[in-house]
Amino acid sequence: MDDLLQEFIAETRETLEALSGEIVAWEANPADRARLDAIFRFVHTVKGSCGFLDLPRLARLSHAAEDVLAAVREGKRTPDRGLVNAVLAVVDRVGEIVEAIDAGSALDDTGEDLLIAALAEGSDEVATGASSAVQRAPTRSVRLNVDLLDRMMSGMSDMVLARNELSRRLRGAEVDPTIEAALERMSATVADLRDTVTRTRMQKIDALFSALPRMVRDTAAGLGKSVTLHVEGAEVELDREMIEVLRDPLVHIVRNSIDHGIEDPTARRAAGKRENGRLTVSARQSGNQIIVEVADDGRGIDSERLVRKAIEAGRDERMLRSLSERQKLQLVFEPGLSSKDEVTEISGRGVGMDVVRAAIEQIGGRVELDSAPGRGLRIQIHVPLTLSIIPTIVVAAGGQRFAVPRQAIEEIVSERSEAIRIDHLGMAEIATVRERRLPLVTLASQLEIGTTSSGDTMLAIVNVGEGSYALRVEDVLDNEELVIKPAAPAVMATGLYAGQTLPDSGSPMLLLDCAGIARDAGLNFVREAIVDEDEDQAGGESGITALVFGDLDGVRRAVPLALLDRIEQVEADAIRFAAGRLRLTIDGRIVPLVARGDLNGRGVCSILRLKDGSTEIAYAIAEAADIVTLPHDVIHAETPGAVAAVVLVDDEPVELVDAHWLFATHAHGDADSAAEQRPLCLLSCDEAGWMRNFVQPMLEGAGYRVADRPEPGMLPDVVLTLDDDPATLPDAAPLVRLSSRRGPGEDGSIYRYDRVSLLQAVAGAARRK
Amino acid sequence: MEQLFLIAHVAGRAVAIAAEQVESVVDVGVIVAVPRAGGHVRGLTALRSRVVTVIDTIAALGMAAPEREPGRAVITRVDGHHYALLVDSLDDVAPFELQPIAQGVALSGAWAAAARGLIQRDGEPILAIDLIALVPGQPAQSQQAA
Repeated sequence: MDDLLQEFIAETRETLEALSGEIVAWEANPADRARLDAIFRFVHTVKGSCGFLDLPRLARLSHAAEDVLAAVREGKRTPDRGLVNAVLAVVDRVGEIVEAIDAGSALDDTGEDLLIAALAEGSDEVATGASSAVQRAPTRSVRLNVDLLDRMMSGMSDMVLARNELSRRLRGAEVDPTIEAALERMSATVADLRDTVTRTRMQKIDALFSALPRMVRDTAAGLGKSVTLHVEGAEVELDREMIEVLRDPLVHIVRNSIDHGIEDPTARRAAGKRENGRLTVSARQSGNQIIVEVADDGRGIDSERLVRKAIEAGRDERMLRSLSERQKLQLVFEPGLSSKDEVTEISGRGVGMDVVRAAIEQIGGRVELDSAPGRGLRIQIHVPLTLSIIPTIVVAAGGQRFAVPRQAIEEIVSERSEAIRIDHLGMAEIATVRERRLPLVTLASQLEIGTTSSGDTMLAIVNVGEGSYALRVEDVLDNEELVIKPAAPAVMATGLYAGQTLPDSGSPMLLLDCAGIARDAGLNFVREAIVDEDEDQAGGESGITALVFGDLDGVRRAVPLALLDRIEQVEADAIRFAAGRLRLTIDGRIVPLVARGDLNGRGVCSILRLKDGSTEIAYAIAEAADIVTLPHDVIHAETPGAVAAVVLVDDEPVELVDAHWLFATHAHGDADSAAEQRPLCLLSCDEAGWMRNFVQPMLEGAGYRVADRPEPGMLPDVVLTLDDDPATLPDAAPLVRLSSRRGPGEDGSIYRYDRVSLLQAVAGAARRK
Repeated sequence: MEQLFLIAHVAGRAVAIAAEQVESVVDVGVIVAVPRAGGHVRGLTALRSRVVTVIDTIAALGMAAPEREPGRAVITRVDGHHYALLVDSLDDVAPFELQPIAQGVALSGAWAAAARGLIQRDGEPILAIDLIALVPGQPAQSQQAA
């Protein structure tokens, strides 16, 4: 959160600097619409960020200013001198508060009410921000010219290539061990340095996604909705520039989805949907683009309403009516149009989407909408892939090496495997992989660089969004994270490549565009996709997909795929016995490691990285075997332990790892993994929000789960009420009454600021349950 | 007004290239093919830490390319991408005055598109060519779908 706050401060400061000119110009000519829009966007963005960073004072100020500016934009108020002054005073004040936050100094909030009052219509109050002498604290970040970073990066790559060359030459000859040791040390330094230099330019998109869970939770809670967030592709790395540009649009879109898209639980039930809205945010690389997608299962965009709004705003009705459905949807990007009627604190002035589009187009990207009324909205942000690090699989075809994005590959199977069947249909080939029939494309023939006869080859099962196909390659060579750059137009024009890269070997390599190859091969996935998706969902509920692996002790075991973040190769010396248990150092963190056998004597170790959403543990294995759908017939273990059950896979018994036991025993922060077992406190009838603000953090700190409104099916262990609570209460749960009056109440209520008694009463009630 | 030209030999003919278009002159090493790329793209090669696209200059000028190992190349930069244009050999860099092409000289196809004028070296006329005209698939002509 601190990073986010720092970024918010830096960003607000920069915008303010840029805005100062606009403000002066607006002051001179209040009718200037462009200036007004710029200032409006600023306060809107500040408001958005504040809600999310929990800065109530800033939120209040910016919300007030936004209200007034919105009224001006709609023509309901005229920007007279007093209004302009009042807005400027608020903007100044925002700057002062930001500086104070950065300096960590207190800034008294007297006068803020006056500032807000001055915004009101007809107010002739002359509000001036308290003249500030806030010391500007030195920032902990610097801004650099991108060219400089690029030079640094290319210098770094040169150094890596030079090192490789040197070690190649030394390898042939008899070398003095001291020289070898020196080279070794240099290699390690170069590797470290390269990592650091790369990080100066690149960042995992996780930097953008990591804030989403909290934001979604808070936004949804504020609106009385419940939303489940799914985040995918957080490991995609992007140019920092892009990440920065994407930050605000993403926040806007996610908030819009929750506010406008996802209905409240009652409406959802009525529409026959799950009460929990589903929001999926994902990033993936596709061709020469990165696609960030926000998809919800809400009500979609009502294009009819957009048209009505546009007509109300004075647009030509006939022209609007003649628009295609797609064009009507585009109206959402017009400034001042919002598809929702009422205005909320979250969003809803139609500011979001025009800002979003402007920001994305500035970096050469585009925004696509796909609305299914009643079923949901999918917004895709396409940004050009200027530079990115992508995990890839290196394959060979026609004697040449190519990289394939790992994200596109579902699995790789050997063609010799008995589970594979290849058939000819006319001139086409199809592969049947475990009952799944897939079109087969031979990479070498598609690229016209020779033919690969079936036999001792590998099939990469590639998913291109609309469908999957099998790509026949001669060999699978490596697994590498590569820096991908766009290739020359003449190369991109083939439609087969997504970019080029220069791996450590020093020989250029092309990154394949799997979707482009499918198009080129004439594969057609149109309708099948939807069916597939449905089947996938149905399948997901009926059977668990799991990874089967050979464990260190020689036993075949399986772990649910949902738990598996990735499989990785680590050096044995990254594993240490420390503080009482085995631990793995990876990505700059220490993760508990589970090993069910002897690790000694292994140079490199395969590990499974397992995640339950918040905590991570590593599981050392001998080798990964296969991905299977587990049968329904399982034999459960007699005693609880590391193994939950035994299942038959291909007529061989496979032990199913007990994920719950694993995390309960091995994960850091046991309290988290046992969340469901912690007592649940329900804060009843909390209209003023006092309980949520004062009691909830205290209870959560003491290890309780807290809900601030009852939900069907919820079984609270304790219910807390404040003063005379008229609400009907779930009668099954013990009640703790709080009182605003000091001293013990006649009904056994407790003074609300008596922390010790309050906690005692809650603990007692929870036990009674 | 005189400007600097690099005199090179392509397909046995001398050509002059405006020095401002030339970023450097290199010996091309191993070339990695780009299957199915048309437009006279010979492949990719690494130039220190950069990947450059190698253009077969002779083919780009519409002539049959002799089967031989590529040697020297002129590096130019177009729209942020680096290209290596293969040449037979390089002479020198010197200032010359660019003159219009003599009337009645019939240049064909790709030569006509690339020609920019004439220079005179010790009485020998040399055709000045524009490297950018030899680089295929400029964004305007690119068919790359979004």
